[in-house]
Formats: sequence, structure tokens, C-alpha cells
Amino acid sequence: MGIQERLIEDVGLREGVSRLNEDSIQKTVNAVFQGETGARLKAYAEICLRCGMCTEACHFYLSHDKDPTYAPAAKVKQTIGTLLANGGRVSPDQIYSMAQIAYSECNLCRRCVHYCPVGIDTAYMMITMRRICHKLGVTPQYIQDTAHSHSATFNQMWVKDDEWTDTLQWQEEEARDEFPDLRIPLDKEGADVYYSVIAPEPKFRTQLIYQAAAILHTAKIDWTMPAEPGWDNSDMCMFTGDFEMMGRLKRKHFESAQKLKVKRIVMGECGHAFRSVYDVGNRWAGWKHYPVPVVHSVEFFWELLTQGKIKLVSKYPGPVTLQDPCNIVRGRGLGDKLRDVIRILVDGDIVETTSNREHNLCCSAGGGVINCGPPFKNARVEACKAKADQLRATGVKTIIAPCHNCHGGLDDTVHKYELGMDIKFLGDIIYQCMERPEA
Amino acid sequence: MYDIYNFVTGPLVWVSFAILIFGSIYRLGSMYALAKKKDAVSLAYMDWKFSFRSIFNWLIPFKALGWKKNPVLTVVTYVFHICLLATPILLSAHIIMIEESWGVSWWNLPDATADIMTILVIACCAFFAGRRLLQKDVRFLTTGQDWLILAIAALPFITGFLAYHQLFNYQVMVIAHVLAGNIMIAAIPFTRISHMLFAVFTRAYIGSEFGGIRRAKDW
Ligand code: HEM
Ligand code: HEM
Ligand code: SF4
Ligand code: SF4
Repeated sequence: MGIQERLIEDVGLREGVSRLNEDSIQKTVNAVFQGETGARLKAYAEICLRCGMCTEACHFYLSHDKDPTYAPAAKVKQTIGTLLANGGRVSPDQIYSMAQIAYSECNLCRRCVHYCPVGIDTAYMMITMRRICHKLGVTPQYIQDTAHSHSATFNQMWVKDDEWTDTLQWQEEEARDEFPDLRIPLDKEGADVYYSVIAPEPKFRTQLIYQAAAILHTAKIDWTMPAEPGWDNSDMCMFTGDFEMMGRLKRKHFESAQKLKVKRIVMGECGHAFRSVYDVGNRWAGWKHYPVPVVHSVEFFWELLTQGKIKLVSKYPGPVTLQDPCNIVRGRGLGDKLRDVIRILVDGDIVETTSNREHNLCCSAGGGVINCGPPFKNARVEACKAKADQLRATGVKTIIAPCHNCHGGLDDTVHKYELGMDIKFLGDIIYQCMERPEA
Repeated sequence: MYDIYNFVTGPLVWVSFAILIFGSIYRLGSMYALAKKKDAVSLAYMDWKFSFRSIFNWLIPFKALGWKKNPVLTVVTYVFHICLLATPILLSAHIIMIEESWGVSWWNLPDATADIMTILVIACCAFFAGRRLLQKDVRFLTTGQDWLILAIAALPFITGFLAYHQLFNYQVMVIAHVLAGNIMIAAIPFTRISHMLFAVFTRAYIGSEFGGIRRAKDW
């Protein structure tokens, strides 16, 4: 029991702490506490009653035989709590374990908020811990690589500028076999819809771009994609604690949409990118609301389907269950619309998991945890056991998950726990079932 | 003995209440100033409607997910807090003392009821202490402060009970009780009992954040 017995070797964390000593740690920790935190952190630290009501909320705790060191308040105690208690003076080894807890043992999913009688946001405490780790240069290697990519290219996957447009043209060409006059319009000024994606799509999930283009084309939407950086709406810097870069990424994204004078941004089926625009990045940039309207795919598909812009020739065979992505359901109240869309698309029932809607269990991949890469993979999938049990109990064969992260996480989960379930994006189903325009 | 009694029921009570009132104003004021200076991006979302929506829903027992999943604790904590606040305010012994010096009085609980409520508070404190010792997750979380506020909360009730029933030396017990009561009053702003002051605002904020940004309920 305890973080000491479960330390995972990661070169980013190891190299990071090797450069530190107690003095340098103390200086940085206190600079963050004094410079960047205020009443919120102070009140949370002071009034947490150590009552343990939040314990049962966390899938890390539930999935690890109720190991108390995984309870939300326990994670705060072992990180921010310890720093506060020691005036920021801790050893490099302690920073290593704190970083592991903050980056890989909390998905920032905020389920625990629903359990805390005094409204403490444990995710906020973990984010603050990550911020400190970022400033100390102690970040897991894989996710740091994506953050570097963001800094260098404004996208997460080192996609070069010409590769981006090449990929779009390639997908356009592919799709024209099926939809002869389909275009992926680049840099079209004044378009109704600016479609933005995450960098893994052009990198290795190109079929998602293909499908999106097919849907937008079929629905006769006036749309565009930007040819220049700003097209990637993802934001790993938000999760590493590199807030300066997070702010620049959001600015770039919105500026690219503003430059094209589009009416609104539609985002693909991604959770964290959505969080980064409606909650986190916008705040850092000083925007209470954001400058260009942003619509998540779930909402957008809901419009297309309820307004009859997309008609179906068949329905997807149910019953199905669904994964409520934290960042769009607990994070942005899209639970009802998501169910509406599924009811339109699926022939059969929606079998809910025990914890659903804003009370859902996280897929254990969110909050940048999956992006911490292979060293942390086994631990991550272990933490999804509670979710796997709930999925198995539904007894259905299909999970609908409108979020890339959930997909990645559930893929591993279905495999490891031998659930034998298929995981679908809404786009997969719409693409499969929609009425094609006659050529 | 009489001098001590006079002191603890006289000047010391003034001191405790002064600490409570000015201490609370100071704590709330400086916390607000800090929030204005450092948490502008949170304050910006504060919203009356969502604040009260969250406070209201969390006041209802077994409404929030957290209450539902901790049923025993929920019952205990409601009983504890209600008796903790109601007993001293509605206790005849207290009201008589106030009437003697101020000439004001209000409805009081029958002594037998107050006695039962006192026992309930003590029992709740015993339950909290038991959890801290036996329940693994709570045990891991517990710090000295938690024991401190538990003791501060329990002592006025234990000593009050003993005094009322004239167990042990009555005079000593009454003085001990009044001291314990004074300590509790003065400790509110400067120990974790400050949750009494701040919990409303942390709740209001998270309610506003869930209502305004997340468009989801937080209970
Ligand atoms: C009127 C405002 C108050 C509110 C809204 C409030 C709220 C709460 C809540 C939500 C909890 C956590 C649930 C639990 O563990 O029982 C709690 C715990 C506690 N409260 Fe209060 N409280 C208030 C006043 C007080 C006062 C005046 C005291 C006096 C000493 C007090 C003593 C405690 C103690 C000792 C606990 C911890 C119980 C444990 O050990 O788990 N509270 N309070
Ligand atoms: C600060 C000044 C206080 C004074 C002067 C005071 C005085 C007294 C007196 C004279 C009694 C009656 C003892 C008897 O029956 O002979 C009493 C009982 C009691 N007091 Fe206080 N008290 C104070 C504060 C408090 C506080 C802060 C609490 C609780 C939060 C409290 C809770 C009680 C209880 C529970 C009883 C006994 C009830 C019973 O078992 O019937 N008192 N107090
Ligand atoms: S993973 Fe979710 S439930 Fe667990 S501590 Fe983090 S935010 Fe809370
Ligand atoms: S439920 Fe809230 S107050 Fe209780 S231990 Fe968890 S974070 Fe602290």
C-alpha cells in the first residue's frame, strides 16, 4: 500500500528530479503558491474535513481493492497537502511520487466533486500540482513530447504544415470515389462552420477526417478547414501544466477561426479539447466566454439529425451502452443531447451503466493520463476495472463513446478485461447509416 | 472559585465572542481580498442563482450523490450539526444566564430534550472518532487538526452534561464547561471549524462553476 510501492520508472520524471535539490524545489513551489494560487487553494486546504466522503467517488480507489492512498483527498494529502505542510521543502524523490500521483493517478474527471459536502475540487488541486511539476521540469516523457510538439508546431503530433494539407487532400481524393463532388474546402472565408480536429486524426486516424467530410458534405454544410496552424484544437499543455503554451494554443485556434471570419467552430468528437476551450484555456487567455462560438460534435450531430439535414437509410442495431465523456457531460451538460442522438441512430435500447450522466465513471484515460504513454499503461488500465465491471454488467455488445480519449482508454479496457465489446464514435454510425446524396 | 466562575462567565465570554466576530470578519475579509487579487478567473463566474441552487440541493439529506453513498455518515452529520447548533442556543440554562444579564430571553428546549441532544452530540463525536481510528481511508487522511476540532466540539457537551447531572465536582465542572464553551467559540475562525465560515463560499463557487460553465448539476 502506498505510492512508494507502486512507483513507475519514467525517464521524464527521473531526469527531471535528478536536476533538483530541496532549495530549488522550495523556491519553485512557493513561487507557484504565492504567485499563482489564492483563496481557492487556501480554502480547500484549510476546510477539507478529512471526512472521506469523496473516497468512494474515485475509480482509482474502487479499482484498487479500496486502497486508501488512491482516495481523492488522500491524493491531495500526498501532494499539495505535503507541500503546504512543509513550506514547500521536500526532497526530489518526494517530487517524483507527487508527479506520478498528479499525472497518472488522477484523470481530473471531477467525479469526486459530486461527493464532497463542502464543494472541494480535487482536480483543481491535482492541476496545481502538475503546474508545480511543470515548473520544476518534472513531467512524464510521452506527454511532454506532445507538449513540445505543441510549442514547436502548434499541433500535438509533430504534423508538418505541408503534411497537414497533404493529408486533407488525400482524404478528399479518397472520399471522392464515394462522393464524387466532395471537397474539403481550405481557408474558405465566411464559412458557416470551421471544422477543427485533434492532431492524431491526420496522423493516424485519417478515417475520422474522411467521415467528417462525408457527413458535412452530405448535410450540405458550408464549411472549411484552415490550411495553417491553429487547426489542432487539442491541448496537452493544459495537462502538463504548461499554461503559457496552453493559452497560446487557444489563442491560435480562435484567431485562425477569426481570420477566416467563420460563424462558428465545430469540434470533432473530443473531450479534452472541448474542456480546453470552454473552461481552461479561455480562462488563462482572460476570456470569460470565448470569442467564436464553439459547438461540440454531439450538439452538431443533434442539429443535423433533428433538422433532417442528415437522413438515415438504416439504424444501427442495438442495444447499446454509452460512455459519458467527463469533459462533455459532467463538463458541459451534453448528456441529454447525446442520448437523443443515440436514440435516433440506434434500433434498440440504451442500456445505461450504473453510474451515468454527470455521475459517470471516467474511462481512466482522460486528463492526459493516456498521453503519459506506455510506462503508465498497465496502471491506467488497472484503474479502469470499476468501469469494466459496469460495462460488462450492461450485457450489450456496443459502447458508444463520443471522445477520442475514451476510445483509446476503453479499447485497452475491453481488451484487458475481455469484454468483447465494440466501441463506436457517433460519426462511425452516422457515416454507416446515413442516406448518401445521389451522385 | 467564585471569582474564577465570574471571570469565565463574564469577561472571558466577551473575549471569545470578540474573537469570533472580529476573527470571522478578518478571515472572510482577507480571504475575499485574496480571491479578488488571485482568483479573478474563478470569481468572474460566481452566480447567485447557481450558488443557491447548489447550497439548497446539498442541504437536503440524501439528495447529493455524496450523501447517498455515505448514508450512515449522512445521518450522523445532520444529527450532529443540528444538535450542535440548536442545543446551546435553546438551552434553558444558557437562556437564563442571558436573561439575567441582558433581560432578553426566548423559547427554550425542555431540559430532558436538551439532555438527549447533548448525548446525541457526544455519541456522534464518538462515531467520528471511531471512523478516524478504524476506517482505513479516513484514518489515512486524519491529521492532528481533525482530532483538535473533534475535541473542541465534544468538550462543551461532555462537561455540560456532567455539570447538569452534577457528576463529579459541580463547581469545577461548570467552570470547565464554560471554559470549553469559550474555547469553541473562539476557535471557530482559526481552526478547521472555519469550515462554518468558508464552506458556504466553496459550495457557492463550485455550484456556480457547474451551473455556469459545466451546465451540469453538482449534487
Ligand atoms: C453552520 C455551519 C456548518 C456547516 C455548514 C458544517 C458542515 C460540515 C460538513 C459538510 C462536514 C463534513 C461531513 C462530516 O464529516 O460530518 C462537517 C464536519 C464537521 N463539522 Fe461542521 N459545519 C458547520 C459548523 C460546525 C461547527 C460550529 C462545528 C463545531 C465545532 C463543526 C464541527 C465539525 C466537525 C468536528 C466535523 C468533522 C466530523 C468528522 O470528524 O468527520 N461544524 N461540517
Ligand atoms: C461560553 C459560555 C457558556 C456558558 C457561560 C455556559 C453555561 C452553561 C451552564 C451554566 C450550564 C448548565 C449547567 C447546569 O445545568 O447546572 C450549561 C450546560 C450546557 N451547555 Fe453551556 N455554556 C457556555 C457555552 C456553551 C457552548 C459553546 C456549548 C456547545 C456548543 C454549550 C453546551 C452546553 C450543554 C450541551 C449543556 C448541558 C445540557 C444538558 O446536558 O442538559 N455551552 N452551560
Ligand atoms: S480521478 Fe476523478 S474522482 Fe479520482 S481524484 Fe481525480 S478527479 Fe477525483
Ligand atoms: S469529501 Fe471533501 S471535505 Fe471530505 S475528505 Fe473529501 S475533499 Fe475533504
